[in-house]
Amino acid sequence: MSDSKIPEDLQYTPSHEWIKVENGVATVGITDHAQHELGDIVFVELPEVGQTVEQGKGLATIEAVKTVADVYSPADGEVVEVNAALADDAAAINRDAYGGWIAKLKLSGPLSSELMDAAAYKAQL
Amino acid sequence: MFAVAGVSKFEDLVEAIPAHLRLARPLDLPHSQSEMALSRELRHLAEKNRGMSELTSFLGLGWTKHFIPAAVDSIVSRSEFTTAYTPYQAEASQGSLQQIFEYQTMVAEITGMEISNASLYDGATSLVEGMIMATACSKGRKGFAIASNVNPRWREVAQTYAGSNGWTFHDVGWEAGTGARDRAALAKVLAGHAGKLAAVVVQTPNVFGLLEDLSGLADLAHQAGAVLLVAADPLACAIAEPPGSFGADIVVGEMLGLGIPTSLGGPGLGYLTTKKAHLRQMPGRVVGRTVDAEGTRAYCLTAQTREQHIRREKATSNICSNQGLMTVAASVYLALQGPQGLAEVAEQCASRLAYVRDGLQGAKIRPLFSGTPFQEEAFQLPPGSRARVEAACKTARLLPGIWLSDLLPGVPTESLLVCTSETHSRQDLDLLVSILSSAGGAA
Amino acid sequence: MPKDDMGRTMFERGRPGQRGTGALEWDIPRPGLAALFPDKFRRKKAPRLPELSEGEVVRHFVNLSTKNHHIDKGFYPLGSCTMKYNPKVHETLARLPGFTTLHPMQPAETVQGALELMWRLERMLGEISGMQAVSLQPAAGAHGELTALLVVRAWHLSRGEDRKKVLIPDSAHGTNPASAAIAGFDCVTVKSGADGRVDVDDLKSKLSSDVAAFMITNPNTVGLFETRVEEICAACHSVGAQVYMDGANLNALVGIARPGDLGFDVMHFNLHKTFTTPHGGGGPGCGPIGVKSHLAPFLPSPRVTHHDGAYGLDRPSTSIGPVHGAFGNFLMMVRAYAYVLAMGPEGMADIGHTAVLNANYLYGKIKGSLQTKYAGPYMHEFVLDGSPLKKTDLHTSDFAKRLLDYGVYAPTIYFPLIVPEAMMIEPTETESKATLDEFAEIFLEVWRQSREEPDTVRTAPHNLLLRRVDDVKAAKDLVLTHPF
Repeated sequence: MSDSKIPEDLQYTPSHEWIKVENGVATVGITDHAQHELGDIVFVELPEVGQTVEQGKGLATIEAVKTVADVYSPADGEVVEVNAALADDAAAINRDAYGGWIAKLKLSGPLSSELMDAAAYKAQL
Repeated sequence: MFAVAGVSKFEDLVEAIPAHLRLARPLDLPHSQSEMALSRELRHLAEKNRGMSELTSFLGLGWTKHFIPAAVDSIVSRSEFTTAYTPYQAEASQGSLQQIFEYQTMVAEITGMEISNASLYDGATSLVEGMIMATACSKGRKGFAIASNVNPRWREVAQTYAGSNGWTFHDVGWEAGTGARDRAALAKVLAGHAGKLAAVVVQTPNVFGLLEDLSGLADLAHQAGAVLLVAADPLACAIAEPPGSFGADIVVGEMLGLGIPTSLGGPGLGYLTTKKAHLRQMPGRVVGRTVDAEGTRAYCLTAQTREQHIRREKATSNICSNQGLMTVAASVYLALQGPQGLAEVAEQCASRLAYVRDGLQGAKIRPLFSGTPFQEEAFQLPPGSRARVEAACKTARLLPGIWLSDLLPGVPTESLLVCTSETHSRQDLDLLVSILSSAGGAA
Repeated sequence: MPKDDMGRTMFERGRPGQRGTGALEWDIPRPGLAALFPDKFRRKKAPRLPELSEGEVVRHFVNLSTKNHHIDKGFYPLGSCTMKYNPKVHETLARLPGFTTLHPMQPAETVQGALELMWRLERMLGEISGMQAVSLQPAAGAHGELTALLVVRAWHLSRGEDRKKVLIPDSAHGTNPASAAIAGFDCVTVKSGADGRVDVDDLKSKLSSDVAAFMITNPNTVGLFETRVEEICAACHSVGAQVYMDGANLNALVGIARPGDLGFDVMHFNLHKTFTTPHGGGGPGCGPIGVKSHLAPFLPSPRVTHHDGAYGLDRPSTSIGPVHGAFGNFLMMVRAYAYVLAMGPEGMADIGHTAVLNANYLYGKIKGSLQTKYAGPYMHEFVLDGSPLKKTDLHTSDFAKRLLDYGVYAPTIYFPLIVPEAMMIEPTETESKATLDEFAEIFLEVWRQSREEPDTVRTAPHNLLLRRVDDVKAAKDLVLTHPF
């Protein structure tokens, strides 16, 4: 999928999440490649603010018409904000996977060692 | 054909089956029969039964005999409905899809709820599915405050599922006077298991045939962080305020009887209705309305990410089929009756029970409880009268009802659960009253 | 029919006060609702049911019915669903009042014919499958899977073992893991090998004393017989695990091989597939289970008994308990019983033979277009890999929709998951060579269009009452009841 967007300033997981860390808070979403593979996204099951999450465990669930994908947390932390706009407009992720972030986590541990930069992620696709 | 299949003989096609594992003999089954011969044999078996056309029956317990208008069978027999399958390809399955959509609408209306699924196997399994759903709605809680006056046959099925799911049942008994769930006992269970209850489970009418007063119950359940799961008789809902009006979260039940013959209890038709907010925890398939590429109204299966074929072990249920043809029967029945007809059938059922109750009063046979019955009620016969009643009924080819103590601990041995419907003539009712009065009257 | 009438519901027809049934007779006093029910119980607002005459109701449903594809109209190659012809006599017999008017709480002496039919059908299914005891109670295949796993769990518990895992191949039906989860087990996936069969090494590496059962479909979902079945069963048994056969594809084996002889401990049947009870637009099904004798004590209660010429019911204390409010979908059992009588040993032997031949013949006819991922010969069905369609930017779903234009139903698509863009075709034994030839012609024509005029395929269907239905809008808007 050479035509999917992969911004240089983000980090990526093998399971197609993107992550951006600023001041100990990680913003998490799914990549353009992932949204393309899923097709029309109709629903996002968001975590609750205040919920603690573990690295590698489910953070959110994204539903398309005939597929469903779990979004995994790239680190241990606490959910400090969710993109509530997705509740009414899940397709925002299809339109802009990097604008359509899912949750912000206050990190309480190290990031996953599997994170990749844009070049490595691109090579994986 | 073998050449096109790329082989020279049949054995080549099944070479993957090791030869020693293949069946080397004909199956030991009765010889092939002509349509005429097998029809004769099946008729012979059918004649060995004493159906309710031969017996005067007052059996109920959720499987109630009602009159089925001829139009129901005429539609249900159409092979367009019988020989289609799950409407996967919407463009070639609009008949079943729209019919299910209409079924969903009618069941939601009857129970006063927002949405319905496309049906479940039967009443008992609908209760179980409702309980599984309640655990999901409550983020994995496994305790149930369940009324002891829920149909014991349904509770037994729930019990079968309980062990493997780690469920705990906290029984809420019934009040000695009214037969309704014991409010004090419920309060005690709610207080004693705070934070662990997935649902408060009640049934209306309950096993004694009595309407449960649902007011305030949803608040109690919600305060405990649990959902309110109500098993409700859809016919009773035609005249009784439905669970949805009382804030129930999940409503389940059996629709057998409404266009569906009793048939030894199957196929029946389990239904499940709920609030839209709980859609993603709902089991089973569901049909939604949409449009085609030209904007024409259309229907298709939707919200499928809940289901086993997509979510596998994380699905809301393992159910794959629905009782499709039974939903056709119920839909045609409900459409024929309309709100007026359905209410009249319900009123007939209740009025005929009142007639029996009045008749029995003369013989001093009284209801076991003082609650408000719908079409079924437990009557207390004198101690030791059961054998006499059974003998008299056998002679009269009458099934007077269900002896409650055979099913439910804690009720007197001579409590007889009698179910009436619009199909009972005045003569039927008089016969029942007369037998119970003489054989079951004070000795 | 005018196009703007498409999709118009019953709720948008009729007029207030209309009903399709006549008023009932009041041969008893009519106390009235107010006398029967205290105000707090009485319904204040009637349900908004349709208000139509009988004629209008009948016309509505007859019109709806014409919008369904169904077996009696045309070919229905829906893989894994065994859409074979349903003989009409079964419908007549299942409607006999001696069956339909029975109540599940009747005394056993008044339902001797029904109990005899069930008792005999249990033994017939036992003979056909090589299993030693059968329960007819589960209401559908998935219900059978769950029931069987509860039986397996009870057996392990009776031996003091609370095993937690169930192994399931990656090619399995979704019901397998879903049933295992509801039966309280953790699912572990076993990989398929390069030949489309279970990777036996992967299986062995995952077997342990914590494995309760291995669930396997045989023939599997790509239409292949699991040749190493004996080795698989032996490996499972060596760690005390049970081997479950998903009987969804039993049609391929009838009269050719018996699951019990292959080494399976437990299985389910789909009477609506193999035993030709009608699919009813999605059900009712009927999903009996068969077990070897060591599992028999745990089968659901009640059990039908036969002593001294009389049939009765028993509720053994070892049973897992009931899984249905009554006896299961009894009228489906009546139909299946009639089917076994009609077939006899001679007809039964033909089922598997013809089903297998038809599948391989059909694949032979169309393999110049799309091909299977795994080599045959196949049993009763085959699974095409639809990825070549991507060359013209098409998907399997487009191809399926175009098939509908030719008056046939589409195959099962996007299943199993191990085949990309899967298209699963099961012709069944009741289709003639002429029908298979016609379908092959249609299939090859759609294949030609896929390459030469892909837009025709992409925008299909063209010849039906509706164009492509927007399932994305349906999932987003979620209009699940009529908006009054």
